[in-house]
Formats: sequence, structure tokens, C-alpha cells
Amino acid sequence: MTQQTKPLNRRVAVKRILRDRQQDVLAVTSLGNPTFDVAAAGDTPQNFYLWGAMGGAVTFGLGVALAQPAKRVIVFVGDGEMMMGLGSLATVGVDRPANLSIVVIDNEHYAETGMQLAHAGRGVDITAIALAAGFEKATTIRAENELEEYVDVILKATGPVLATVKVGTDPEPTALPPGMVRIYAAVSAKRYWAPRPTQVSRLALEILCKSVLKGASILRSRPLF
Amino acid sequence: MSANWPETIFEHFKAADVRQVAYVPDAGHKLLIERCEADADIHAVSLTTEEEGVAMMGGAWVGGQRGVLLLQSSGVGNCINMLSLQHECRMPIVMLVTMRGEWGEFNPWQVAMGKSTQTALESAGVYVYRADDPDDVAETVRAALNFGYNTSRMVAVLIGQRVIGTKNFQK
Repeated sequence: MTQQTKPLNRRVAVKRILRDRQQDVLAVTSLGNPTFDVAAAGDTPQNFYLWGAMGGAVTFGLGVALAQPAKRVIVFVGDGEMMMGLGSLATVGVDRPANLSIVVIDNEHYAETGMQLAHAGRGVDITAIALAAGFEKATTIRAENELEEYVDVILKATGPVLATVKVGTDPEPTALPPGMVRIYAAVSAKRYWAPRPTQVSRLALEILCKSVLKGASILRSRPLF
Repeated sequence: MSANWPETIFEHFKAADVRQVAYVPDAGHKLLIERCEADADIHAVSLTTEEEGVAMMGGAWVGGQRGVLLLQSSGVGNCINMLSLQHECRMPIVMLVTMRGEWGEFNPWQVAMGKSTQTALESAGVYVYRADDPDDVAETVRAALNFGYNTSRMVAVLIGQRVIGTKNFQK
């Protein structure tokens, strides 16, 4: 019998990937736990969280990557999200954006809906699909040392890159990102990660958003800009 | 002149600084897709399904570029949930929809989505423009580009099947 090792913890894994991130790393997250994982690793304006639009995170990241070729775009998705957007791996594989990485946080279950076994837990190999779709690099990570070895690939290697990070199913506290509100305000202001707005207006936006955070419901009732 | 509406749409794309064009191939968009593919400043992306393009247009906007999604009426049905992205983030999307299932349609399976395209889009919060005369198509697209990007709203132009012509499977 082989020795059973403790599975990776999703929060620890995501935090490790983003530990040394620079300003030129933009993170996009899919709904649910990947959003909470990335928020828990440190909320910043370089994060864009989706909390719906299931199946769309990868091509959302593609649109950002094409618009911002000087930045590294890392899309964090759950394995359920990835299955719903499986075709987007083929689209990315064909388009071959060099600055796009996809990290699948794969717990092999639908953790938020009652822990039903997901396709990845029934034998579907997302890494193999990415390689077959033409990704430059793709691997499955099960242990801490494997993650250590691959972090630089995720952050820097010529893409598209995919990493399937197998994690346990231990529940983690919900970490709603305060930036969720900031994002909507900023997007309403026409641009988020665009070269414009200037530093000054970005700062103004931050200040405004802090005040918005105190009364988020305002966002619902009237436009800010 | 009127037969040249794809070329005029392309000129409007350039004038509006459209930089990303996502599409699911469609005969009605054939010439426009070819022009976008050949342009050095437009990144054209072939999708496996239309909702990928809805999400991609969101990413393009957040990244600071304007995009357009080209699709057929049957693909509109694939997009509805994904449009929650534009709805919730108050982002624009411009969709050019070639209609099937209406004027002289040959394929009965196109009729269902052709019938519900406009109401499905409108129920999802999309503003719908329509062009049934070849002379109106390009100008309607130009108006939609202006409306979408300047008011940050979702807009679709339905290009009537009468403009494109009935698909001939006998040829």
C-alpha cells in the first residue's frame, strides 16, 4: 500500500501561487471558492472576481490577456467551472495567448451544492484535455514540492499554461472580497485595467470605493459615475 | 453599394477602434470575418460556442479594449446566462446577429430560435436594433457601436434573413 499523503489545502496553494506576484500579474477568478481563495490570499485592484457567469472565466481571461499583452493573466477556476467551459480550452489552445495561465483548483466535487462528485472526480483529466487542445504547458499538481516547482511556470512561462491543482475538500470560511464592490464601481466608470484611467483618477476611484464599501447598497440604486 | 455592407461595417469597426472580434462562423458574416482576420490591429478569435464570446468581450472591456461578437440567431440562446456578467458589472457588449429561421428559411430547426431571438435578448436586458434593408445594415451597426460603448449597455443588431438571403442547400 502506498503511503497516503494529506491533500493540498486550496487556500494554502492559491496563496503560494500569488505570494510573489508583482503588479503585472492580474488574477481572474471563477464563481465560488476560487473567488474566496484569491480574496483570502490578498485583495488587490489586480484581482477581478466573477461571482456567476459560470463557464466564462477562461475566455474572460483571454479577453484581458489580449488587451493587456504586457501583463500576466492568471485565471483561477474550480473544476466544475472548467467542465462547463471545456470548449474554452480549445479556443485558448487555438489562439495561444502567451501571457495566459489557468489554474484549476480541483477538489473533484461540487463543494458548494452538497459535495456531489464532479466529473474530475469520476476520471476526467483536465490537464490531458488542455494538452490535447494545444496548450504550451500543462501539468497536474498533487504535492507541495510539485507546486513549488511549477509556480514560476504559472507566473512566467510562455503560455498558454494550465495547472490542475488537486486539493482536499475540507471546508474553508467564505471570504467575500471587498473588492467585489470596487470592481463594479470601476467597471461602471468605463475602464478597470485599461491603460487609462491615470494614477490620479485611479486613486480617486479607490477613495470613492472605500466610501462605497460603507454603503454598498447605494450601488444598486443609482450609478456612481 | 448595398451589397457591400460587410465592408462598411468593417470600416465602422476601425473608426470605433474595435480591437477584438469573437465569432462563431456564419455564412452571413463570412466577408466581415475575413476582413477582421486579415487586419493587423484586430484580434479575431474563433469560438467553440457563443457564450465564450460574451465572457471574452467582458474581459476585453475590463482590459481596456473594445470588442464585437458575431453570431447567428441560434447562438443567441447560448448566451443568456453569460450576459449576467455585463448586466451585473454594467459593461457594454455589441453583438451582430445574422438571423435565421425567418424569411424563406429552408431548415425547420432554425425557426424556434429565430422566433425568440429578439424577445430572449430583450428579456436579458439587451437593447435590440434591427435592419431588414441592406442599405440600413451598416448605419444600424454604427449606431449600435456608439450606443453600446458610450452608454455602457448591451446592444444587439439583428440582420434580417432577407438581407442575407435564404441559404441554398441545393447549390
